[in-house]
Order: sequence, then structure tokens, then C-alpha cells
Amino acid sequence: MTRDTKTDVTFSLNDLTVTVPEGTTILEAAREAGVEIPTLCWASNLTPVNACRLCVVELQGSRTLVPACSRECEPNAVIHTDSERVALSRKMVLEFLDTTNDLTESPDLQNLIDRYGADSSRYSKPKRMDEDVKIEDDLFIRAYDRCVLCYKCVEACGDDAQFTFAISMAGRGSDMRVSTEFETPLPDSACVYCGNCVGVCPTNALQFKAEFDLRQSEDWDPQRQTSTDTICSYCGVGCTLEVHTQDNEIFKVTSPSDHSVTSGHLCVKGRFGWQYVQPPTRRSPTNH
Amino acid sequence: MYAVDPRRTASAKFADSWLGLDVGTDIALANALAREIIHANLHDREFINHATSGFEAFSEHVESYTLDYASEITGIPPAAIKDLAHRYAEAPTAQILWTLGITEHHNGVDNVLSLCNLALLTGHVGRWGSGLVPLRGQNNVQGGGDMGALPNKLPGFQDVTDDHARQKFSAMYGVDINPRPGLHLTQMFEAMDQGEIKALYVIGENPADSEADVSHTRKLLQGLDFLVVQDIFLTRTAELADVVFPATVGWAEADGTVTSSERRVQRVRPAVDGPKGTRHDHLIIGDLAKRLGATWSAESAEELWNEVRSLSPMHTGMSYERLEALDGIQWPCPDIDHPGTPFLHSWLWDKDLGGNPRAPFSLTDHEGPKEELSEEYPIRLTTGRALDSYNTGVQSRGYKSPIRSGEQLQVSAADAASLNLVQGELVRVTSPRGSLEMEIDIKGDQPGGLAFTTFHFPELVDLNLITNDEWDPKSGTAEFKAASIKIEKLKAGLDHA
Repeated sequence: MTRDTKTDVTFSLNDLTVTVPEGTTILEAAREAGVEIPTLCWASNLTPVNACRLCVVELQGSRTLVPACSRECEPNAVIHTDSERVALSRKMVLEFLDTTNDLTESPDLQNLIDRYGADSSRYSKPKRMDEDVKIEDDLFIRAYDRCVLCYKCVEACGDDAQFTFAISMAGRGSDMRVSTEFETPLPDSACVYCGNCVGVCPTNALQFKAEFDLRQSEDWDPQRQTSTDTICSYCGVGCTLEVHTQDNEIFKVTSPSDHSVTSGHLCVKGRFGWQYVQPPTRRSPTNH
Repeated sequence: MYAVDPRRTASAKFADSWLGLDVGTDIALANALAREIIHANLHDREFINHATSGFEAFSEHVESYTLDYASEITGIPPAAIKDLAHRYAEAPTAQILWTLGITEHHNGVDNVLSLCNLALLTGHVGRWGSGLVPLRGQNNVQGGGDMGALPNKLPGFQDVTDDHARQKFSAMYGVDINPRPGLHLTQMFEAMDQGEIKALYVIGENPADSEADVSHTRKLLQGLDFLVVQDIFLTRTAELADVVFPATVGWAEADGTVTSSERRVQRVRPAVDGPKGTRHDHLIIGDLAKRLGATWSAESAEELWNEVRSLSPMHTGMSYERLEALDGIQWPCPDIDHPGTPFLHSWLWDKDLGGNPRAPFSLTDHEGPKEELSEEYPIRLTTGRALDSYNTGVQSRGYKSPIRSGEQLQVSAADAASLNLVQGELVRVTSPRGSLEMEIDIKGDQPGGLAFTTFHFPELVDLNLITNDEWDPKSGTAEFKAASIKIEKLKAGLDHA
């Protein structure tokens, strides 16, 4: 197969002269050049939705800041990824998220809050998302107070991965929620429990039930945890599984998004079907 | 995307078109597609001349498979067959993917060959985006065959009758290799039936639940003098065994490799320690070999793999280091600088076919399921899998799937009405081999005359009591996909509440 030969684009990135193939996004060009731009709603295995505004950068001549994740590089553009204006914008985005959501299980966001000096305490009457954790089955939980409405789960459920379309955004303004139709319980919805939504969630709002239970038990200890790459046994596709354990017990299975076989997406068996490895019949407490 | 399936599956609902053929009529459809492609002059003459043999005879052979004739056999409207033929032939690239719906028939090999004909006819093979894709049901079905778990092959598909190949293995292991091909699974059960096989060593398989006509299988297993089972669970088969070797879970508790549907050899690694007393399969087999007098020295999975690399040319270039760095490698990979082979049949496009013989067209004919429908058994039973479950369920029943509904017999609304059945009603299901009770699940989009069920819960519904063990002499695979049954009400005059 022949492809159209792409022409190159040369522009200025933080006062460096950078040349990339036409069609490259600012984010891709920056990472290639070793310039880090923070992201939240962007993922390598999803189409950019421009929801979070965290990756915005300054493009000379543009009235507004532009999203680096989806904006393509233009010839002779002058771009600054960490100007004062950019830093202020990111700081406010982070403060707004922090006033609304519980970000305690989002270490990446916590680091950014520190880096940009975001201080949500300067808002006197924040409206917080405050809901009980939804537990409808044994596979994963939904903690809406951690949901930053980044759309990643909706994209993964829809035409970026699973094509199931079980969830979408519902409501407006501060009542906006990720929801099934009419808030139907997940087991009764179109959900096929692939857990690809859990796989892309950046804030642990969607979380393995086994991980949730472990955290609730207050025995959660990253020091005692391991992650091992192996191959799913349930069919011949060959999806890579990252098996996360604590004290020789599996609590979560993920898949690397940069893997060529399925770009990090799994099915219900691969993501959740590992319990048989450690039921009481095989693994008694005296075994370890 | 076109879906060809007796049932309107989830994939069929995604598809641009669903061709709902009758069970066991795949060859009639494939031959009609071929005839239509030829008649519409959509075949790739250049490719056929360059890379194939037997086109003239094939063209004559499919001539009788008109759209109308195929429609009569398959139940698919002629226009839908014509549409698929044209779209497949005219597509710049096209793949045919299949799984057990093609192979679990008494003529499963012919079914596959009839699909290969379509790829040869159109040149949709051996190049990017095109090809023939048998989707495998386990992570290492391919690898098992590659490693010589076939009656007539040594690792790397080297023939046991090849003196030169056997000598290499004899030199490595210090034993003479038997030059006579062994038996495949189905032949083994026949040999047990005839008393020729008296001892059996079963590794990671649960035939006491999974075989067709399973009550017969259980009798044969019970009649053995000696049965050894090596497994991660005390399965129904293991319960019948004289000796059980508890093994570690291959993908979660052990180092090694598996080989995917696309021939990609990939590393598995231990994430957890196995329970006390379990051991890696290769250590169990190795110790057994030592007790039988062989000198097997490999201690680690990597050492064992390096033995494979030294004996099997198609794996020679696959060091553990490279498998790790490249996220797996597709065989053949003959040396340490070889990138692996994404397209197995790309040689079909090479100037001299890479020294290979031409790819032959195969002549196949429609032949319905062995077990014809009769007045006594008027309903066609076909079996399959549910998304969240796996084979006989020993693994998948370990997790609580919210979308699991147990085992029901799915029937059409028309059949339910004519039998006076309501949703969820318990019925008696009988085939010429056995009988059991099942719940009815009435499906609005199920074709009339067809019943479907999964077989994931043998402890609840011992489904293989009624499946058909007629098998394909070319593959040894049983006709799980086509039995004949009758459905009977358990209580006459049950109130339609």
C-alpha cells in the first residue's frame, strides 16, 4: 500500500526550531522534542475530545489558548507550552477540579496541583460532587465524587474501542454525569463489562471492586504491590495483561495502551476472569 | 463487515449485512459466492495465473451452485449472496475470519478449503489487510501444534517420519524417537473403545465434560487401566484419575511462551506463586521423563525454550531477550536478525513463488449435517459460547459476571408457540444419544427450527450428553455444531401465567 508522502512542517516550540511531518499534533511534536505537556482527557488509544483544557498552550496570534492534544502543528507557528498565561490557565483548571472532586487517588493530578500551585481553598463555597459509591456488581465500582467528566470512559465504551455505547454524558452544568440510559443499573444496561472504561479512567472513579475492597480494608500498601506483564489465556488474540498484586493476591488487571495487539483494550474475561487463580479451593491462607 | 451465522449474534447486529444460513450449509454458500464472482468477471485472473492451480476444474465444479440453488440450501436470499460476492471481490482488501462454526462439523476441513478458494479467486491473501483468519479459542492452540502436540509432528512441524529430523531430536534427548505417527484425540477414544489404549495421560483438558456424546466418553475414561491427569483444578476428568499432578496456572504462575492466532510467540510470566504442591508443567513432565530413563536437563523455561530454538528452525531467532524487546515475534523467524513474518503467504506474490508449489483450488461439495432432521427429532441444535464464559467453565465460573444468565435453550418465538411453551419453562430436550432438562429462552430473532445453547455449566446442564460425536476424518473434530433434538413439555397444560 502506498501512502501520500507527507510534507514537513517547521515551527517554533519554546524558542526551539522543530520540524515534524504534516498532521502531527502539538502534543506529539512536544513529546518528540522532550517537552512535557500535562494531559487529562487525552490518551494514546482514544480520539482527543478537548474536554479538560489542561494541555492548552499559547499559539502566537491566537486569541484563545489552543489544546495541544488535537491542534495540528502549522508552518511558522510560534508556540509556548509553559508561558505565564498557560500556567495560570492550568492552575485554574486544576483548582476547579479540586473544588469539585476527590482527587486523592489521582497521583498525577496531585503532582500537577503542586507544580502549578493550585489552591482550591481560595474558593469559599465550592460545590462538590458528593455521592455514595455505586456498587452494583462484583467487578467494578463507580465513585462519582472522583469523576472529572473527562469523557475517556464514554469514548472507550463507544467508537474508540468497544462500540457498546452503554454510557454517555447526561444532564447539564453541575448536574452533568456519566450515565447509562435513565440511570439504568449497569447489569441491566447494554454494558458488556469489558472494563475498558475502568482501564482509561484517570482518577480511579472507576475502580476494580477488588482494589476498592483492599483500599477500604486500610491494608492498601503500594510497597507490597507488584505488576507483571503476561498474556491472557482466554483466546488466541494474545492481549498483554498487566497483573497487579498485593501479597500474592491479584487485585487488578490492566493492559498497556501502547501495545500493538489491542492498544490496551480487553474483554470481560481477560480483565475480570482471573479470580479462579486464587479461590479458596486453590489457595488457602497457609499457602503464603 | 458481513456476518454469516445461523444466529443473529452480537457481531451480526454490528454487520452491514447478516446472512443467516442454515446450520451446515457453508460450502453451498462459498461455492455460490465463487460462481457469482466468476460469472461477474470479478476474479483476479492475473493472481490466479501467477499463483494458483486447478482454476479451470474449480470453475466448472462450482457452476452448478447458482444463486437460486444456494439460496434453496442455505435459506439466504439470492440477492444477499450476490451482494456479498460482489463486495468481497471488489474490496481493495478483505479478510475472512472464522472460528468453530466452520470447523466443528463432520466436513470442517472442506468448509475451510471452500473459504480458501474464495481468497485464491480474488487474491485476498498474503498481503496487508487481506487474508484467512482462523480465530483461536485459547492463547496457545497455535503453540501446542507448533511444539509438536500433533500425532505426526515434532516441534516446528517437522515430520516424525523424516529420518533426518528424528535424528536431531534423538541426539538432543538421547532416546530413539518413534517414527510412527500417533493418534489424534478422536482416534484415541476409538482406540480406548477397542481396548487398544489402556492408559492415558491428560494435560490441561477436561474431556469428561467437553467431549460430544459425553456419557460414552466417561465410560471410556472409567474403563481405562490407568489414568493420569495434570491440571490446575480437580476437574471432572481429574476425579476419574488414578494419579493427579497439580500444575501451576500457565499465564499467571509460570514463565514460558504462548503463540497467538497470528503466530506471535509471546512471553508469559509469573505474577503470583502457585499454591503449595503445584509445579510448572515442564518440571512435572521433565521429572516423569527422568523416572523413565531420559536425560532431560532443562531447569528453567528459558533453557527449555533454547532447546526448542536449537531444534526448530522456524523458532531459532526468537531469544527471550528479543521476544521481550519486540512484544513477541511471528514465526518463521530463522535467525537472530530476522524480524519475524507478519504475512505467512506473502510468497504467493513473489516472482517465483519463493520456490513453493502453486496454491491449489479445492473441489468441495455441499453435504448437510450427518444427523438429518427427522419426524422424531425435528429441531436443529447448535452450540456455542457466551462472551463472559469459557468452555466447561472451570475457569470462568471463578468470577461473578453480572451478564451471566446460566444455561438456557434458546428457541424461536414460532417454535415456542407451536410447542405451547412460555419463557423460562422447564422442558425435556432429547437427542438420539441422551436426554436432559433445560429452561426455555424465547428469542425474537432466532430462526425457526433452530435451538441454541452454550455448554459452560455442565454441573447444571450436562449438555454434551446430547451433542453429536460424528467427526471429520480429516481433522478429528466432532460435529458439535449440528445435532437433532426434540423438545417436550414436562407438564401438559402448564398454565400460561
